[in-house]
Order: sequence, then C-alpha cells, then structure tokens
Amino acid sequence: MALDRWIALVILIVCLIYGYTAWFTMDGLLPPIMQRNPVWPSSFPKILSIMAIMIALMVIFGLEKEDKPKAPEINYRRLTDYKLTQALILIGLMVLYAFCLRPAGFLLSTFVFLGLGAVVLGERRFVLVALVSAAAALGVWYLVEQVLGIFLRPFPIFV
Amino acid sequence: MLEGLLIGLSTAFSIKNLLMVIGGCLVGTFIGMLPGLGPMSIIAIMIPVAITIGDPSAALILLAGVYYGAIFGGSTSSILINAPGVASTVATSFDGYPLTRQGKAGKALTVAAISSFVGGTIGAILLMAFAPALATVALLFHSAEYFALMVVGLSAIAAFAGSGQVSKALLMTLLGLILATVGEGVLFNMPRFTMGVMDLQSGFGFITLAMAMFALPEAIFLILDPARSGGSSGKTNEIKDLRITGAEAKIIAPVVGRQSIQGFLIGVLPGAGATIASFLGYAVERNIAPRAEQEQFGKGSLKGLAAPESANNAACTGSFVPLLTLGIPGSGTTAILLGALIALNVSPGPRLMVDQPQIFWSVIISMYIGNLILLILNLPLIPYIAKILAVPRNFLIPFILFFTLMGAYIGQNNATELLILVGMGVCATILRFGDYPLAPLLIGFILGPMLEDNFARAMQLYDGVGFIWERPITLGLLVIALCLVILPSYRARRARLRAEGVADAD
Repeated sequence: MALDRWIALVILIVCLIYGYTAWFTMDGLLPPIMQRNPVWPSSFPKILSIMAIMIALMVIFGLEKEDKPKAPEINYRRLTDYKLTQALILIGLMVLYAFCLRPAGFLLSTFVFLGLGAVVLGERRFVLVALVSAAAALGVWYLVEQVLGIFLRPFPIFV
Repeated sequence: MLEGLLIGLSTAFSIKNLLMVIGGCLVGTFIGMLPGLGPMSIIAIMIPVAITIGDPSAALILLAGVYYGAIFGGSTSSILINAPGVASTVATSFDGYPLTRQGKAGKALTVAAISSFVGGTIGAILLMAFAPALATVALLFHSAEYFALMVVGLSAIAAFAGSGQVSKALLMTLLGLILATVGEGVLFNMPRFTMGVMDLQSGFGFITLAMAMFALPEAIFLILDPARSGGSSGKTNEIKDLRITGAEAKIIAPVVGRQSIQGFLIGVLPGAGATIASFLGYAVERNIAPRAEQEQFGKGSLKGLAAPESANNAACTGSFVPLLTLGIPGSGTTAILLGALIALNVSPGPRLMVDQPQIFWSVIISMYIGNLILLILNLPLIPYIAKILAVPRNFLIPFILFFTLMGAYIGQNNATELLILVGMGVCATILRFGDYPLAPLLIGFILGPMLEDNFARAMQLYDGVGFIWERPITLGLLVIALCLVILPSYRARRARLRAEGVADAD
C-alpha cells in the first residue's frame, strides 16, 4: 500500500476518535438550557466527522483514480539516500530549543541552535559560525525586544 | 467610490505607510529570492511583525508589499539561476533562464519587471472596478448564504487541486476544519477536543499552523535534498544592460495586456491562483503565437517570459477580490493574510468597504505603489540583491528554521507552541511525501470558525436545517459546491472510459 493510503488510514483513525467524542461523549456535559438550542457544540463536529470518515475511506480504497502519478519531489521510498540524519538532528535541535528557550534564555539558546545547526550541516569554519550566530542572536534579540517591544528573556534563569 | 479612493490615497501616502510598502517589497524580494521560501512562508514569518505594528492598514500594506516582493524575488531567481523560489514563477524560468544563458539576463529581468508591473497595475484597476460591485451584492447575503458561499469556496479549492487529488484535497480541508474546532470557540464558551491539555484551551495558533504547513516542510526538504537549494552551478550570472528596445516593447505589449486580464480573472476564482494563471498564460500565448515564434518558446522568447510574469502578478491582485469583498480566501497566501486580518481585529467581508474604507482603499492604492517600487527601486538593486543567492546553505537553513520558531513563539509567547510547531511540521512533511496538498488544510482551518459561526446562526434563525431549501441562493450555492467536487472525477472517469474504448478498438 502506498504512503498516501497509509496516511489516509491514520487520518481515518483520528477522525473515528474525533467522531466518537463528538457523537457520544460531548453532549452529556451540555447544560439542559443549551439542549433546547437547535445547534449544539457537537453539531458541527458531528457533520465534519462523518464527511471526513467517508472521504478518508475513499482515499484508502483509491476510488479516485490518478491519471499518471507525477514524479515526487522527494522519493520517500529511498529516504535514506537523502540527508535523513541531518534532518532528524535538526528537528531534534528544534525540540531542544523549545525546551531551553525559557530556562537558558534567548541569547544562549539561539547562539547554540544556530551554531550547532550550521555545524551539523557540514560547516567547518568554526570562528565564522560563532561570529555569525552571536551576531544574529544579539541582533534578533535587539529587534524583537527593543524595536517590536516584545519581552524575550535574554539570559539564563539563574542570572 | 471617489471618496473612498481619496481616503485610501491619503492613508497610503503617509510617510509611515510608504515606508511599509518599500520595506515590505524589499524584504519580500530579498527572502523570495532564497530558494525554497515561497510567499506563504515569508508572509507567515512577517505576520508577528505586522501584528505588533497594530495599525491594520499599515500591517496589511506591509504584508501586501511582502507578497509582491516575494513573487518578484521568485522570478529573479528563476531567471538568474533557474531555481524558482515559488511555484508561480516556474513558468518564468522556461524562457527566462535561456535568456540568461544567452547573456541577456539584464534584459530578461527588465521584461519580467515591466510585465509584472503592468500585470499588477491592470489587476489593481480591475480590482477597483470589481470589488465594490461584488461587495454590494454580498451585502444582501445572510449567514445562510455565507455558510453556503464558504462551502463553495472550500470545494472549489479542492476541485482545482488537479487530477487524482480532489479527494485528498477535500480530506485536507476537512482536517483543517476539524483542527479549527479544537479549543474554546466564541460560539459556545466551552472547550472542545482539548484532550485536557491546558495550552490547547485557546485552540491552535494560526501562525503556528501556517509555519508548520509551509515553512517547516520546505526547510526539511532543503535539508534532505542539497540539490534543491543549490541552483544550477551556484555562480551568479553577471547582469548587465537592463535596457530593452522599442521593438521589443512592441512585441510584448499585446501579450502583457491579454495575460493581465486573463490572469486577473483566474486569480479571482477560488483555488486557482498565480501558479495556474502563469502556466495557463504561457500555454495560451504559445498556442496563439505565429508558427515561427512558437519555436522560440522555451529557447528565450520574450513573449514566453512576459506572459507568465504579467499573469501571475495580475492573479495575485485578483485573489484579493474574494478576500476583501467576501472574506473568503482563494489561496493559501490570501488565507494567511485573512488570518492576519482577524488577528488585527479586522473582519474582511462586504462590510469592510463600508465600515473601514481606509483599510480597503489604502490596500488597493498601495498595490499600485508596490508595483511602482518594484520597478523603479528593486530592479536597479537586483544585481546587488542577487548576491544573497550566494549565501551558503549551511547558514541559510538554520536561519530559516530559527525564523520559523521565532514566528510561532513571538505570536504566542509560549514554548509549548514551539513543540506543537515542530510536531505539526513533521506531520506536514510526511503529508507532503504522500503528495497531499497542504494549502486546503490551512484554508479550512482559517475558515472553520466562520463557517461554523454562520452555520449556527442560520440554524438558530430557521430552527433547524430548513435554511438550506428555504433560501434559494443558499440552495443554489450548495448545489454548485456539490457539482464542483463531483465534476472533475466524473469527467476523469468519462475520459478514461473513452480512452479504454479507443484502446479496445485498435
């Protein structure tokens, strides 16, 4: 089975859970006064869940035929031919950044993120990397905090 | 209308707003040239900036400038290094890059800039004529018609998705609508589908979703495939002699005129944006050209360059018609603009022209100004801006990722938002592997609350679903929506049957 149909299967499962919540669990919490309303909070989700389940099934069973599949931008069957490790490390770095942003402060997190990102991608001019990352972290912090007036904690929490 | 025009003129020509246009165009051109960052990602990144400006006219002017600049920047990289940064400028590279190889890069850039300028300007004039008329009609609409109209818009977007893609696009639209129901809606004051997560109380942030759908997958694709960002050889071709001759101007004039109008009309249709307009414009001009000139297409024909350029710019302007008059975005980019407007407390729709004419008209006026600036300011600067194409990928990609994160963080000031962003971004990348279109998801997500709101109001007014058959316009629109979804697959089936029949007869 091709990837797009697997994806449709996952979406179908999500929609089934969503539909179950809308049809069977949501209305119990509804105050009696709202039950006299013609629309309930669950009305629209109920319609959506039915339509989504139907269309997900259509995709899974391939009811709509494609004329000629065009060449994909990235062939997922040969994902390992691409720079998969780099991509995964960078995604990991983004997650790390999300966790560090508050405790470690904006300047340090950004410096480390930009620097490590460039190194992971194969940059070996370390002095340049450090300079660019430091300049960018300071510059963006100045822009956001001073020009746009949005607070960004610059330093680690213990400073 | 004249009064509105004057208000618009005075708003748009304030120093602040002029700076917004100039800044927007420059930033847009700058980033649009970078491979892989399309107008949608650029606008999504710029939204937090626009929101902090606070003034809706200025913010929208800035974003419109960024939009134009991005398209222009995309054409530049198509012409110079055959690496279109934007889907709508792919057709530009057909004839633009051959011209560069012949050493006529300067000429090609000028033709592209002039064609874009004329396309954008004719588009803006048509917008001025169309939008008020459409808004007058739309004022007669009630919530039932709005509901139906949005259904039409959403199905049209799916219907234009291409062969074999309609059901996928529909599924994405529905997924967007489903995501929009998460959180505490304005309608019911009760949290829905939050799964007990506190950060989901207010629902998903639209900037987060926009970044996750467009900027992040594109960046991940850039990492996966180094060839994607490299262009052909990495070296920037030398640009000299930006002038074109009178004879050349005479060749492209009729093409530009035709394609501006055609492009605009295509842009007005929901779902058929600048990309379709540019390809169609190219194809039409090639077909109606004399045989001798047809051979030139693809080898550096000026007509082949002018056609997609004027068509895509006119279509960009055209796509503002449904956005400003009906509040219904026809494309991913206008959907993001709509999200920005809502965040600024402006509700686009037919009332916009009446209630806040300064926003409506100043946006239209700044479209002229934006086009002019692209022509007189950006074009001479192109040789310098083009240096950015030499920014090494090792630095470029971390920065793209960082700006994506910042865009989501500044909007919400919440680190959980970053995790949602990364998670959704990975999902969106997998969806792109599976060849699912992502724009319908975002459009569904942004239209979701409005769709439900109008649906609920109509239900309350008619105490049930009676509004569907009691209001003829509503019924008519819903029938159109149904036809839009069913027709493409019906036609495909018939075509396939016919093709099989021929094969049997052989």
